[in-house]
Amino acid sequence: MVQSLDRSQGRLGGVTAGATATPATFTGNRGLQLEEPLIFEMGQPGRCGVDLPEPPKAKDRLNGLRRAGEIGLPGLSEPQVVQHYTRLSQKNYAIDMGVYPLGSCTMKHNPRLNEKVARLAGIGDLHPLQPVSTVQGALELIDRLAHWLKTLTGMPAVAMSPAAGAHGEMCGMMAIAAALAAKGERAKRKIVLAPESAHGTNPATAAALGFTVKPIPANDRGRVDLSALKAALGPDVAAIMLTNPNTCGLFENEIIEISKAVHEAGAYFYCDGANFNAIVGRVRPGDLGVDCMHINLHKTFSTPHGGGGPGAGPVVLSAALAPYAPYPWVVKDGDTWRIAEEGASVGSAAPLGRLKAFHGQMGMFTRALAYIMSHGADGLKQAAEDAVLSANYVMASLKDVMSPAFHGPCMHEALFDDSFLKDTGVSTLDFAKAMIDEGYHPMTMYFPLVVHGALLIEPTESQAKEDLDLFIGALRSLADRAKSGKDVEAFKAAPQFAPRRRLDETLAARKPVLRWRPSNNPPEGDPLKQAAE
Amino acid sequence: MADVKYTQEHEWIRVEGGVGTIGITQYAQEQLGDVVFVELPQVGRKVAKGEACAVVESVKAASDIYAPVSGEVTEANTGLTDAPGDVNAEPTGKGWFFKLKLADKSELDGLMDEAAYGAFVKSLA
Amino acid sequence: MRYLPLTDADRRDMLAVIGARSVDELFEDVPASARLLGKVAGLPDHQGELEVERTFQTFAAKNVSPATAPFFIGAGAYRHHVPATVDHMIQRGEFLTSYTPYQPEITQGTLQYLFEFQTQVTLLTGMEVANASMYDGSTATSEAVLMANRITRRHKAVISGGLHPHYRRVIETAARWEGFSTAACQGDADGLEDLIARVDKESSCVVVQNPSFFGHVRDFTRLAAACHAVGALLIVVVTEVVALGLIKPPGEMGADIVVCEGQSIGNGLGFGGPYVGLFATREKYMRQMPGRLVGETVDAGGKRGFVLTLSTREQHIRREKATSNICTNAGLCALAFTVHLTLLGEAGFRRLAELNHAKASELADRVSSVPGIELVNDSFFNEFTVRLPGPAAPVVEALADRRILAGVPVSRLIPDDPAMENLLLLAATETATEHGVAPLVAGLKEVL
Repeated sequence: MVQSLDRSQGRLGGVTAGATATPATFTGNRGLQLEEPLIFEMGQPGRCGVDLPEPPKAKDRLNGLRRAGEIGLPGLSEPQVVQHYTRLSQKNYAIDMGVYPLGSCTMKHNPRLNEKVARLAGIGDLHPLQPVSTVQGALELIDRLAHWLKTLTGMPAVAMSPAAGAHGEMCGMMAIAAALAAKGERAKRKIVLAPESAHGTNPATAAALGFTVKPIPANDRGRVDLSALKAALGPDVAAIMLTNPNTCGLFENEIIEISKAVHEAGAYFYCDGANFNAIVGRVRPGDLGVDCMHINLHKTFSTPHGGGGPGAGPVVLSAALAPYAPYPWVVKDGDTWRIAEEGASVGSAAPLGRLKAFHGQMGMFTRALAYIMSHGADGLKQAAEDAVLSANYVMASLKDVMSPAFHGPCMHEALFDDSFLKDTGVSTLDFAKAMIDEGYHPMTMYFPLVVHGALLIEPTESQAKEDLDLFIGALRSLADRAKSGKDVEAFKAAPQFAPRRRLDETLAARKPVLRWRPSNNPPEGDPLKQAAE
Repeated sequence: MADVKYTQEHEWIRVEGGVGTIGITQYAQEQLGDVVFVELPQVGRKVAKGEACAVVESVKAASDIYAPVSGEVTEANTGLTDAPGDVNAEPTGKGWFFKLKLADKSELDGLMDEAAYGAFVKSLA
Repeated sequence: MRYLPLTDADRRDMLAVIGARSVDELFEDVPASARLLGKVAGLPDHQGELEVERTFQTFAAKNVSPATAPFFIGAGAYRHHVPATVDHMIQRGEFLTSYTPYQPEITQGTLQYLFEFQTQVTLLTGMEVANASMYDGSTATSEAVLMANRITRRHKAVISGGLHPHYRRVIETAARWEGFSTAACQGDADGLEDLIARVDKESSCVVVQNPSFFGHVRDFTRLAAACHAVGALLIVVVTEVVALGLIKPPGEMGADIVVCEGQSIGNGLGFGGPYVGLFATREKYMRQMPGRLVGETVDAGGKRGFVLTLSTREQHIRREKATSNICTNAGLCALAFTVHLTLLGEAGFRRLAELNHAKASELADRVSSVPGIELVNDSFFNEFTVRLPGPAAPVVEALADRRILAGVPVSRLIPDDPAMENLLLLAATETATEHGVAPLVAGLKEVL
């Protein structure tokens, strides 16, 4: 284990080619921006961050397989651990710091009440396999959330166990496969239709289940081309996977005709619910003809994004698909609750199987339900309206200096293409990196793929108008500067004020270093090489 | 004299004595950006014209490489494992991908020559 | 409404800039038949914090918290003490409310802790490379099988009878719909199954669990060799990750892929989720791994930094040809895991494991001294199987009525199998005390 510690990850004399002239420091720190080593570079054998009692003498029953040799974990005291993670945390942008305009991610405020109720004794500390008689309140909680989700979407059933959106997609598409199998059509219907603007998880899920994905083109209004869809439907089509509002932030106005055509062709309609925040409380997907829709609790229902999870992706199901829902599910028998787990307890249903151990992401159910109850039916409707209003306000305030991808109002996210940057020498990537120096996390870039150099802004309903105005002002200034053609180098060198400048992603992919080793030397790299676009 | 032909997917094939060397064009490597990894077909594999048989990965994209003609893979450029950047540096030279023993020389007739490919690339701008 | 900053004046001003008379105009694309008159019917209106908290306290009051009762339940999720520091760190807003590190320049916090996490997972498992987490142990196991299918180009997974039944069902569900087959062995309560006889040239992998679902600790070195001889992969599952502090790790037995449930470290029981899946393998299989990977690199100023890498395997680039459809994983749970493990360090983690084994060893002696109860295991870590004179499920119910959480009857997870009916799983962690053990033993004597 490496003993001594050189905290300075910068070079002495700090300033390197391409940077603006910021003063050098001896430590490599810059004010409150602190450099931080790895725990493996901080550990000492004599240190420990917990006090555990001496184990009593007991009979060894390890079958002679006692672990020999060192594991290699570093020893740190509690103060060091707190300092390490606190310093790390200060290198992260987060919703708590301001606008986080990531399109398709719905970075809304994460209420702290959610965190409080999730930690209540008797909720946060229950074992999933306690006798059912000892967890009646937990089962009631799950059922209460299920009731809200079904009512908000106008759907008769919901599968609660998927662990995230992509897992929910898998659940929905497996239910469709199960329904087809029950009709003897699994082998006949092998095609799934999805727009080219679809999120990558859609074709990935369909392909995993043995379907062939065929793209459906969009019309010039950015919506699904209905006549092209009708032409593509046939006896070999299993399902269509649509996002609504779509990934361009537009509501599919012909969605009822679409669902009719799909059903008439004997196929099913999967709806990706990632953008539910635009319509929650105002429109019920059940009224639009969907057969199943996953809901990202960590998007629409405010459970925290946590640096990339955990999420939860319950799937609401139509009457046609409900019989195939995976186990387990919660059942009310008179006054008591039980769990249908497998075997006799599932009754006459034909579940597609089990997607995950235990019952589901209970911690996210608790948080989502607290949020839902706090908002209520009136608040959720208001939230959707404010989300749509905010996105249109951003669109209207920027459309003269940036280039909207489509004409007309958007829903909860505003999509621009990079034509406003044409001939400036500044790319979408450069523009986004310059936003970092202005104090903002960039919007989603280069998605959806159907728009060139896409910039997708989703402000959500959580921003005060003053904060939206500041954000808009920053983007206007950056757009003007890009178009002036004068400061291309500043864009290329951005970000300059973040804890790190642009990182060499080519090096990371060519010579992957995925763990610390005692023998790691600082990786080679040309400091002047920028990450590839 | 080696005969170089091109496909619409931006592969080139240089044929000498019934064996074709295949790679991607200058335009393709520019579009991809820094190549980080290449997945090559196994020697001995038989491929059909248009069949996906290799993958070239950059940081942000992964593209399939399609066999311009049918044949049997005789050699793969294993040097690319340690130096994927060769594809960017010399896409038509040391950045070659694999060699094929041609099954049907007449398939070359359907491919573009240098001039036609040049015009094709211009049309994409 | 406390979560909505816009005022009516703001909304009016914004509509004026947009050029719309009302927000309804912005919803004009919604088909007329789907337009609701007002809000969704049948649901209550907004509530303040006080009322919401009361509702949850009412839910909580109807449950028996493990903190208030003798507790011996395991079966894939374990009650450990999590130091107070862990929750304080994961509650920091910069961790709690940040997202996937797509912009590495301003998410080095997340990227660095994931890099440290990946390293810790390789050390614990004795493997070469690990990913930045999966949803949980069961889905990680299923992904491991899919990975083995891809690598070997075979379609049959052999599943040990010692694998957690929920995990087995998850694999079987994937097999059913994703088009491969499984050969599962009977529940291996005695820990004696011979898997070497079950592996052949059609097998893509063999999936075993160590310690097994029934608690047995086994050496899989010979099985690994047998797998490799026929070109199959050995996947070892660890549902109690604390066991790796005391037992030879799967990496040293020749495992090709190791998947774990990480819940025991940093993450409470949470009624089943969210948990955190650990996934580790050999470097030669690195590009076939599902999930996110964090790699080390340098920035334009020459400073060390971290980025998501090898992304071309993933759904957002490879789409249909992705190694998995996974997008969001278990970030905050991985943070809790790594903070807790960092607090423990080498000495603490090993001592924690010793404590667990000692407590379970003592419990096994006390329980098997009750007339009629037979200890099935020769070996175990912190969980073992006992055979009761009659069905175990009613015994557990009866003890629950006495407010004693006396383990899990195997029949709950393996129903409709007479051979499992009388079996009871009991676990003891460092949280077990005499205040729990004595009532359990007394209760068992009474009820049997």
